[in-house]
Amino acid sequence: MHRYANPTRFLKIARIATPLTLALGLILTIAGLYIGLFASPPDYQQGESVRIMYVHVPAAWLGSGGYLGLAIASATALIWRHPLATIAARAIAPAGAAFSAICLMSGALWGKPTWGTYWVWDARLTSMLVLLFLYLGYLALAAAETERGGERKGAAILALVGAINLPIIKYSVEWWNTLHQGSSISITQGKSAMAPEILTPLLVSVAGFTFLFAAIVLMRMRALLAEQRVEARSRRLAEAVA
Amino acid sequence: MIGRPDLWASYIWPSYILTIGGLIALLVWSWTAMRRAERRADALKRKS
Repeated sequence: MHRYANPTRFLKIARIATPLTLALGLILTIAGLYIGLFASPPDYQQGESVRIMYVHVPAAWLGSGGYLGLAIASATALIWRHPLATIAARAIAPAGAAFSAICLMSGALWGKPTWGTYWVWDARLTSMLVLLFLYLGYLALAAAETERGGERKGAAILALVGAINLPIIKYSVEWWNTLHQGSSISITQGKSAMAPEILTPLLVSVAGFTFLFAAIVLMRMRALLAEQRVEARSRRLAEAVA
Repeated sequence: MIGRPDLWASYIWPSYILTIGGLIALLVWSWTAMRRAERRADALKRKS
């Protein structure tokens, strides 16, 4: 793992992986959403609103999964002080925040026809909103620390502390009596309560969104590394002139 | 046989427009920021 964590080696891989993940993400997302919109049947309980699940569920998974990545990268940066880990954390945060916001907004649009309201202070919804605030807090703190030229330890610690929210999101539907439905898919047991006609477009959308998320993170990492190179070179040029 | 779904009645189009719009904005922002930063880095490398 450390072999690929070298910034130069990482850039070599990222230059190949970026267009690949982007192309795969676009193809799978378009396919998943097309099947979900036009070729899958309505649900026997939710009716047509089930089609919102094909954007809501992948966004929710990536919002939470992205935060897990942010916490792991922050822990790596704090423990091993690896520069690429800090870059990865800073690249994951805006993508994770955007996916969490999409999850909350699409969930509200699903809630109106299904529950009769856009929002309830339900344990799942509230913990997801807390996740969005954690992302925004991380972004604000990381930007402030970058401006001050600090080590960005505060943002990394916030990311780690905020990881306590992940099991709360996951188990909120079991620990509390919530309006939000329980899990329909169990990854550990490989079971699904969904009909294959609904599960297929959902899994295609999840795969597509995941590749797009990876492409966004790779592009952000490449941008941040290039900015670092510009900063270092400008500093060296200024020192040489002085 | 699947009938033609009523996509406006159940807030489906608004949620798809919001999601696709958000994804496009995120992809365009990431791509342009990456290209701009890499061009600047390459230009500075040639200069020095």
